[in-house]
Amino acid sequence: MAAVIVENLCHAFGQGEMRRQVLQNISFSIEPGEVVLLTGPSGCGKTTLLTLIGALRTVQGGRVNVLGQPLDGAGRRCRQQVRRQIGMIFQGHNLLRCLSAEQNVQMGADLLPGLSYRARRDEARQWLRAVGLEDQMAKLPQDLSGGQKQRVAIARALAAHPRLLLADEPTAALDSRTGREVVELLQRLAREQSCAVLMVTHDPRIVDVADRLLQMEDGCLLNAVQ
Amino acid sequence: MKGFWQGRRIPLSWLLLTRQPVRLLVALAGISFAGILMFMQLGFRDGLFDASVTVHRLFDADIVLISPRSASSVRMAGFPRRRLVQTLADPAVEGVTPVHWGLMLWRNPETRRNRAILALGFNPDDPFFNDPSLDAKTGVLKQKGRILFDQLSRPEFGPIADWYRQGRVVETEIAGNRVRVEGLVSLGTSFGADGNLLTSTETFLDLMPQKPTGAIEVGLVRLKPGADAAQVVERLKERLPDDVSVLTKQGFIDFEQNYWKSSTSIGFIFTLGAAMGFVVGCVIVYQVLYTDVSDHLPEYATLMAMGYRLSHLLGVVMREGFYLAALGYVPAYLAGQGLYLFVRDATKLPVGMDLSRALTVLTMILVMCMLSALLAMRRLIDADPAEIF
Repeated sequence: MAAVIVENLCHAFGQGEMRRQVLQNISFSIEPGEVVLLTGPSGCGKTTLLTLIGALRTVQGGRVNVLGQPLDGAGRRCRQQVRRQIGMIFQGHNLLRCLSAEQNVQMGADLLPGLSYRARRDEARQWLRAVGLEDQMAKLPQDLSGGQKQRVAIARALAAHPRLLLADEPTAALDSRTGREVVELLQRLAREQSCAVLMVTHDPRIVDVADRLLQMEDGCLLNAVQ
Repeated sequence: MKGFWQGRRIPLSWLLLTRQPVRLLVALAGISFAGILMFMQLGFRDGLFDASVTVHRLFDADIVLISPRSASSVRMAGFPRRRLVQTLADPAVEGVTPVHWGLMLWRNPETRRNRAILALGFNPDDPFFNDPSLDAKTGVLKQKGRILFDQLSRPEFGPIADWYRQGRVVETEIAGNRVRVEGLVSLGTSFGADGNLLTSTETFLDLMPQKPTGAIEVGLVRLKPGADAAQVVERLKERLPDDVSVLTKQGFIDFEQNYWKSSTSIGFIFTLGAAMGFVVGCVIVYQVLYTDVSDHLPEYATLMAMGYRLSHLLGVVMREGFYLAALGYVPAYLAGQGLYLFVRDATKLPVGMDLSRALTVLTMILVMCMLSALLAMRRLIDADPAEIF
């Protein structure tokens, strides 16, 4: 079964005269373990699509099925449950400022049910090692560089053992070399977990990490490029 | 134990508070201030009410007779002494003691200024105090014109205690009659009386010649062991005419306290003061928590996007409120102790920390912080995880 199935998805913002259609008849699917890149000019509806798949918005029209769970018509509680299985990486790192790197990652591991505190902490440490930050565990986000922060964010997203990873321009705040490193790391770790990835990006230099490229324009999906 | 370890999480609320130490300190200062305000106001109120019955508490009696026209200790009316004798007809009554009670004008022997002092007149052979050391001193009152002076009286009555201890003969005037201080006792001041003196019935009546003969202000009734005071009160009420009120000792204490609580504005004023402290505290904590939630809104939204429940985040804010309350209470309690000491020293009022007030203020601070946390949480509902992309 595909990790994500989207069929005839439509979405609009605003009411009456101000109503603006941002997504029109979008259909695609993502297989487990697949890395899919979504590109397109800004304002074309990429982020809206990501938030709909991430169960952060209610679906207005069409069908969305994420990890076997239909999201069209799903309530708050159901969407929250689905979100637990989705890792999210944001444009800004969105780390909790008052927590150390290790604690931030553990906030992700804390979502795992039935594990002791120690096991969850070990999980967090293991992920920090995986992203190469074993020396920075006790540092607060303000003492980390941009690339390090984004790597902590990746560790946090993966620590909850997600089966789908959504990333919104994870390289936007990084220089090209660090950006490249972060994305490669993301791709490698996701592969190891056989976790599907949907990444929104503008960055043409990272296109080659993807299995598949989706292009959007004016709320429509252009023909898929292999 | 297993459940505990599974339930254990990163102490997010604690870290949210402590990683901003300046803000935390400001918040704690505000909460402590509100707590101190409440301690002060409630302390004054209770202290004043307590003080109004310091003398009442000293009486060794089970039942007290007063005139129904008496309003409070500063306006005691007389009732026929016969009524007290009549109670002896009840089989449960062991003995009775008549007491004269009234305010007199005491002349300060140093400044020669007059000031009202509470005087108790009784038979020196038949003292009625709980405190045996007091009973032992009353013998000297058998001589006319002798009094025992309360050394806890306010200094405005003159340096009586100091002079007496130096061995001087301390004499002064009450209503034109010469009296001599023949000893010191410790009773305590109250609302109505800035000072107290004890004397014999004879001296008392000399000092207050306008008192009608045969009238007393307070009648003390002691019961035989095992007698039920409430039942005897009922019996006496039936038997005695209504020119006398029959009260248990507690009823006598309540009578005095109720006067100050309900017939004066004192209770209201201090309760209002405590309420002000509560409101000020609410505003401060609400401000702190509201700014805190607003500042961390993107982070809360991130947690929601990760799959944390709204109720989990509400719990984080609630715990912040709880920690603020607990941390703010400690300095308030300590400062309260210090201030009580200071007030006791300055006013000689029995203001002190008691458990029930300590708990009342703790509860108030908890309610204050939790209420503010609840209000600040409304901001959390605005945390839309879809907006953080």
